[in-house]
Amino acid sequence: MVVSVSRTVRQRWENDFKIGFFCVRNLYVIFITYICRMDFLFNFLVVEPWPWWFSGLMITFIMYLHLFFGKSFGMSSNLRTMCAVGGGRLSDFFKFDWKAQIWNLVVAAGAMIGGLLFILFIDPNPTVNISPETIESLREININVEAGNVTHFPDDIFSWDNLFTAQGMIFIVLSGVLVGFGTRYAGGCTSGHAISGLSNLQVPSLIAVVGFFVGGLIMVNFILPYIMQL
Amino acid sequence: MKIANFIKYAIIGILFGITMFKSEAISWFRIYEMFKMQSFHMYGIIGTAVVSGIILVQLMKKEKIKGFHHKKITFIDKNSGWKRYLFGGIIFGLGWGMGGACPGPIFVLIGGGYSIFIVFMLSAMLGTFIYGIARKKLPH
Repeated sequence: MVVSVSRTVRQRWENDFKIGFFCVRNLYVIFITYICRMDFLFNFLVVEPWPWWFSGLMITFIMYLHLFFGKSFGMSSNLRTMCAVGGGRLSDFFKFDWKAQIWNLVVAAGAMIGGLLFILFIDPNPTVNISPETIESLREININVEAGNVTHFPDDIFSWDNLFTAQGMIFIVLSGVLVGFGTRYAGGCTSGHAISGLSNLQVPSLIAVVGFFVGGLIMVNFILPYIMQL
Repeated sequence: MKIANFIKYAIIGILFGITMFKSEAISWFRIYEMFKMQSFHMYGIIGTAVVSGIILVQLMKKEKIKGFHHKKITFIDKNSGWKRYLFGGIIFGLGWGMGGACPGPIFVLIGGGYSIFIVFMLSAMLGTFIYGIARKKLPH
């Protein structure tokens, strides 16, 4: 059945090519085939990981939605808001009208729901296509991963069992403290400075982003190998 | 908060969460790879977002594009100075390279069921709290 259908479609294509590629009926066939081939779109949007250019455009779209609703895109201010909600009365830094920031907490809650929806409906065991060079260099610092079976983070380091070891404390608690401290000190994170700030051509944001990369390069290339020996 | 507002911000968040997962930007390995300069992927994502963001924002400023309910869109300039941005940025970068997650992805990972990142988030809150206390003693 399938074969006969595809054969007739093929014959029709061949006939149409004889008439001419851009004849009206051919355009109609192209249009219908595209509509019927929604699996292309489905594959692109749902099955495959997004290519970098599409991901970047989506992030800009999210920033645009923030601007459209009169807000600015920045995730790290949620940490400050959560401290204020949690009753951080020790510093006047946390005495502000946090009720005006609830919208951003809703965005953060939405991000959680987005992550949950992805795990539930798109891919329960997401893997990452990192480059072979990265797998090789990870092996040098005793993180062994198999190509094609790389999860989102090294499972044995980021686990509850490892939390109370020196390594776990450094990777989970210390890095968390550095992230939380650094973002507030710099006044923003990747979304606030690298995306929102640079889009608005802000020199302070450029300085901050340079700082992000200086810190990250130092950590990954010079400090991480030593931490992994613990 | 009105329910309509609640829904619109939740949808923005959901889009953000799915984008983070689909782009693999929440992955510790991707961040590692970026700082090892072994792949174009993360640079491509950030580069595309920045370039298209610059074009979008400049266009919005030039054409005075209105927002929701025809409200004027304002762009807030960052405070001047360089110390806090450089020092804060480096400290954040050290944490980012080690923990592999910046504040946005932390929420996405927790939602995705990686419960250990709750500890990471609490630590980040602790870091923010320490900044709040030590703020006046730091160079800005």
